[in-house]
Amino acid sequence: MMQITLWGTRGSLAAPGPETNRYGGNTSCVGVEGPEGTLLVLDAGTGIRRLNASLPKTLRRVDVLLTHLHLDHIQGLGFFGPLRQPGYEVHIWGPAGTSLSLRERLSRYLSPPLFPVYIRDMTSSIVLHEVATDNFEIGEFKISSALVGHYDPTLGFRIETAGKSVTYLPDHEPALGTKDFSAGPEWTSGYALAAGVDFLIHDAQYTPVEYEMRMGWGHSSIPQSFQFAGLSEAKHFVPFHHDPNHSDNELDRLFKQQIRSMKPAFKVTPAAEGMVFKTD
Amino acid sequence: MAQQEIEMILYRHLASHLQTPVFLIDTEGKLVFFNEPAEPILGRRFAETGTMSAAELSSIFKVTDLDGNPMESDELPLAIALAERRPANQRLWILGLDNVRRCIESTALPIIGQADRFLGAVAFFWELDL
Repeated sequence: MMQITLWGTRGSLAAPGPETNRYGGNTSCVGVEGPEGTLLVLDAGTGIRRLNASLPKTLRRVDVLLTHLHLDHIQGLGFFGPLRQPGYEVHIWGPAGTSLSLRERLSRYLSPPLFPVYIRDMTSSIVLHEVATDNFEIGEFKISSALVGHYDPTLGFRIETAGKSVTYLPDHEPALGTKDFSAGPEWTSGYALAAGVDFLIHDAQYTPVEYEMRMGWGHSSIPQSFQFAGLSEAKHFVPFHHDPNHSDNELDRLFKQQIRSMKPAFKVTPAAEGMVFKTD
Repeated sequence: MAQQEIEMILYRHLASHLQTPVFLIDTEGKLVFFNEPAEPILGRRFAETGTMSAAELSSIFKVTDLDGNPMESDELPLAIALAERRPANQRLWILGLDNVRRCIESTALPIIGQADRFLGAVAFFWELDL
């Protein structure tokens, strides 16, 4: 069985407050635990702080898969407990830049004046892996990564174990430059990662009106994200990366409206902080 | 289903919004996309032809240099960008399937994606009024 826990579901900027309590205010972080106890942490937004408390005491290796290095996806990294525990092995997987290495780019955040501790002074054993369009294995997981449509080098991940799969595309604008994905699956960013997947966790940041004003910013509107889920034939769609300006009530309204108008053939569960999904 | 890389997808999207004819080829020299303004040059519509092999592509054109000397397909900017992974530019005469002779300036670039992935080449065409 694979267990998927949503520790942070908000996009762009942490948005705590009474109006965002139900969907949550922490930025992107998802835990994926495999049947043999291997733990993957997808992105290191502010949601990673609460994940710290859930880590098994006996765990000595953890793998953090970063989709990209925008602040809402790495802000929690400096507060990730295992990084400061001697004897812990922390593997960080992320995209190479076009000119700087993953270490150099992470060091821009994990160094003064943005953060008081240098990455080199973290006391765990840190192993960095640069990936692009690759296939690799971590414990019982088979993972495919691909560069996808977002601003700056950005990865999506498909994770499979025991015949079940989850695809994570938190920041993704597959509709950029196209209309209704008319070029077909082969020419749709992220399609191969998401095709037929059991759980699709995907960017659904904007309303259509907001998207028109922010086209090219690297995110999807809610209708586009549903269209992508339909094109991919995902079985269970989890709209994710909610806009920080959308309150719980607004998100309820937007998702209800979208489901009513589209009548999707797939299951939809809008991402809320603390949600846990288990595969059979 | 095969999936195009994100850089190729973005090139295709860009090309589909341009008034300038654009050809997009993969690492094997297969023409994977050409935009609407390129259709008169080929005398075919992409919606009808889909992709086109390198051999098929080179058989469509009769190309000469500005002095009227025939050019081999491997002398063309797109072929140079692909084979030598460098930009190439040339003015030439093309006789396409529509039997119209056009003077074209072609600029081709190799497509090198993130993490140094070689993905193919793109050519932009500009019809000259000579």
